[in-house]
Amino acid sequence: MANETQVQSLSANNFEQCLKCSICTVYCPVSAVTPSYPGPKQAGPDGERYRLKNKEFFNEALKLCLNCKRCEVACPSNVHIGDIIQAARIKYSTHSPSLRDRMLANTDFVGTMASPFAPIANPVLKLKPVKAILHGVMAIDKHRTFPDYSRVKFESWFKKHAQASQDQYAKHVSYFHGCYANYNYPKLGQDLVKVLNAVGYGVHLLEKEKCCGVALIANGMPNQARRQGEVNMRSMRKAIAQGHPIVTTSSTCTFTMRDEYEHLLGIDNHDVRDSISLATRFLYQLIERGEIQLAFRDDYHKRVAYHSACHMERMGWVPFSTRLLRMIPGVDFVMLDSQCCGISGTYGFKKENYERSQAIGSTLFQNIAEENPDCVATDCETCKWQIEMSTGVPVENPISIIADALDVEETKKLNC
Amino acid sequence: MTKSEVNNHYDVIVIGGGITGAGTARDCAMRGLKVLLVERFDYSTGATGRNHGLMHSGARYAVTDHESAKECIRENMTLRKIARHCVEETDGLFITLPEDDLGFQATFVQKCTEAGIRAEVIDPKQAIALEPSVNPDLIGAVRVPDASIDPFRLTMANVLDAQLHGAEALVYHEVIDILIEQGRVIGVKLRNNHNGEERTVYAQVTINAAGIWGSLIAQMAGVKINMFPAKGSLLIFGHRVNHMVINRCRKPANADILVPDDAVCVIGTTSVRVPIETCDDLRVTPEEVEELLAEGMKLAPSLGSTRILRGYAGVRPLVASDDDPSGRSISRGIVTLDHETRDGLAGFLTITGGKMMTYRLMAEEVTDLACKKLGVTKACETADKPLPGSEPQTPPNRKYSFSQRASYGRHGTLDWAVNRGDNTNDALVCECEGVSVGEVKYAIEKLHVYNLINLRRRTRVGMGTCQGELCACRAAGVMCDREQGAQKSIDDLAGFMNERWKGMQPVAWGDTLAEAQLTATIYQGLLGIDTMTKERRKEYYEI
Repeated sequence: MANETQVQSLSANNFEQCLKCSICTVYCPVSAVTPSYPGPKQAGPDGERYRLKNKEFFNEALKLCLNCKRCEVACPSNVHIGDIIQAARIKYSTHSPSLRDRMLANTDFVGTMASPFAPIANPVLKLKPVKAILHGVMAIDKHRTFPDYSRVKFESWFKKHAQASQDQYAKHVSYFHGCYANYNYPKLGQDLVKVLNAVGYGVHLLEKEKCCGVALIANGMPNQARRQGEVNMRSMRKAIAQGHPIVTTSSTCTFTMRDEYEHLLGIDNHDVRDSISLATRFLYQLIERGEIQLAFRDDYHKRVAYHSACHMERMGWVPFSTRLLRMIPGVDFVMLDSQCCGISGTYGFKKENYERSQAIGSTLFQNIAEENPDCVATDCETCKWQIEMSTGVPVENPISIIADALDVEETKKLNC
Repeated sequence: MTKSEVNNHYDVIVIGGGITGAGTARDCAMRGLKVLLVERFDYSTGATGRNHGLMHSGARYAVTDHESAKECIRENMTLRKIARHCVEETDGLFITLPEDDLGFQATFVQKCTEAGIRAEVIDPKQAIALEPSVNPDLIGAVRVPDASIDPFRLTMANVLDAQLHGAEALVYHEVIDILIEQGRVIGVKLRNNHNGEERTVYAQVTINAAGIWGSLIAQMAGVKINMFPAKGSLLIFGHRVNHMVINRCRKPANADILVPDDAVCVIGTTSVRVPIETCDDLRVTPEEVEELLAEGMKLAPSLGSTRILRGYAGVRPLVASDDDPSGRSISRGIVTLDHETRDGLAGFLTITGGKMMTYRLMAEEVTDLACKKLGVTKACETADKPLPGSEPQTPPNRKYSFSQRASYGRHGTLDWAVNRGDNTNDALVCECEGVSVGEVKYAIEKLHVYNLINLRRRTRVGMGTCQGELCACRAAGVMCDREQGAQKSIDDLAGFMNERWKGMQPVAWGDTLAEAQLTATIYQGLLGIDTMTKERRKEYYEI
């Protein structure tokens, strides 16, 4: 029978499996505040049919997509809507990235340049006239402040203070720190080393680490992203060959390397993908298997509100971070409604997106204000910048909260 | 004569709102005749709206029918000029598969060249580069100037141009009698199929352009035309798998043409003789679906894993040669019958046979004959003057949204009459095909739209992936606002959804079945439409 011939309906990113139910559009944070945006269904599977007919049907309005992937989480038919939109931008966009986009996207390069000058760069970037120039000339919104650059990169700190002691442990991981921990906030990496060392794991750097490329993809530089991705995959393969799982602290880098590499850049990562894990997931699974135990300080008390970053939702990993936080006796845990904060990496830094970005996050900010927490926890650094700027509430990675609350000596005893 | 009687008198009545009738009405009107075009349902409901949408280069007929091939390539080149907005210049491939005789290719190319068809033998590897969806096992390929054409647009453009030249057109007007006086057809009796009213109209010449139903019209006039309805079924796939037409380089057989049309592609056809009584309600059978799919996958293997939107069937109006009443010798060529010389019945002409491709030529032939009878000497201009929508104007320089671009593709320069620029008119009715409220309003006002099925033929509402799931109720809402009452809209909507299901039913598995199920849940479960039609309400109140 013919319906047996057609056992499987296949299409690129499952675009033809769309049943047009429109649930994705309901969950799209951009559609909610920008009626002129075609929405994920129209920009994704609907538009794809016509783009296949003629590439002129590509519409630059697709750049309004945050790539939050909430449409994919909502889709009951497993259509990779966000991938369809990003792939269309890569394939059809005729606009070449501006200087601003190149600067925002090259986190590695800019970080390397800025770190040595951190004491000058940080205050200068906060000066009103500098912001006005960035706003006017570069179209980087004046409300935004670049995250402070650290004078000492995480990698430098690690080599100087931690590397030598890592071989004493019985078990080992390789750490993909990402640009943020390296250039802006080495404390996150230090916290990870503290926690993992306490439970008996040695931490190592990858042979060579490049920016995961998420900002390059978003800003129309897929070729550079692909080159960097290949470097990361090579380094990770070597680490895995030594028996090291890959541990990360940024949800977006993790998601990019696990899923976007294959879907958008065509990088073969099938042998690496399952070994890449966010540190909270890595720890939680070890605890669940009874392989490690954590002990926490009695004097730690904090009201912590957890914000589900979009890519955490897409990976389905929110429960790992939240359950881990709930294990801390002194944490008064609050679960915030799952919604996009609006920053989406470099998206919210662009002048043309600022208002949209803040409108998308407004109900989240309100939610946080009502809960009045001591800090907000989230696994994504760009969510951190957005929430700190918009609410004034400090934001921490769950790993930093665990590191703060951890009774190191007691934990070491439990795991020796 | 009274005024109303004057208004009932025409030079020519054309029966049939398919492409042949529309083309004939246009030609007659351009020669200065007073024309009435009558159609019992909607434009392009018969074979015109139920074919491949293929603009033959003529290559398919080159080996078996030299005359048809020559006609095709000539008309092909003409339509590119006069019907630009209905044509997509895709080119086509004739591929040879391992089970085919590669020796046929040389004959094929030679015959094409003789008929004036550009036929270029290309390397199989080059064919795959040009058309990545093609069966990679191919051993030979010839490139020809096939193209894709939209028959709905083409018919409408012909009607619009006929009207611009003074013709009148009546849809939902069925010929129920042919009036004969002293061996001469003097007019026809019409019934309005919307309200049942009858009226009589008169003309010096009546042209029967009713396709397969032309044999029934002839019967009314007491003359006999031997016609052999041949049903052809086709399948529509959810998106374009191919960008060029793909044919098999062998003698024409079943399911050996795959055509990219708009955002879909169409495989066909089968060929089965059917009785004329069944022609108003054709069904695609499971055996046909199986054959279409099996053969289609030989042209483009990915059809085996591509969603099928629906199946449909049309009837070819095949005519037996006059000297062979048995019907064994059937021509696909154009048949023009002057019933005065053939049957002694003056004032009555039949134009039939032929193909959609050659409609203009058919119209020219029969109009020449009508003009001769009426003593009109003006020459035919239909091959030179562009159809409305295809005028050689460049579009205004503006940024196109998805739906504007889709609409411009559908209406050509006529698109400029669509209202845009405000939230109401720019809102989408049909998301799959990008049909805006403004475009629907334009169609209702200018393109003879009385129900949702008419609207679908004019705009592609409901022709996309969701097959009416999202758009049908919105379109019904706009229709209701414009003219008709709520009850009529509800009945229309229920009828439209049933018509969509009819085409989905033969291929209802996988995503198509899931889509149909969701649609049924929305329209029956949520909206309760099946309990709200006029008939069901009557039942309800009687109980």
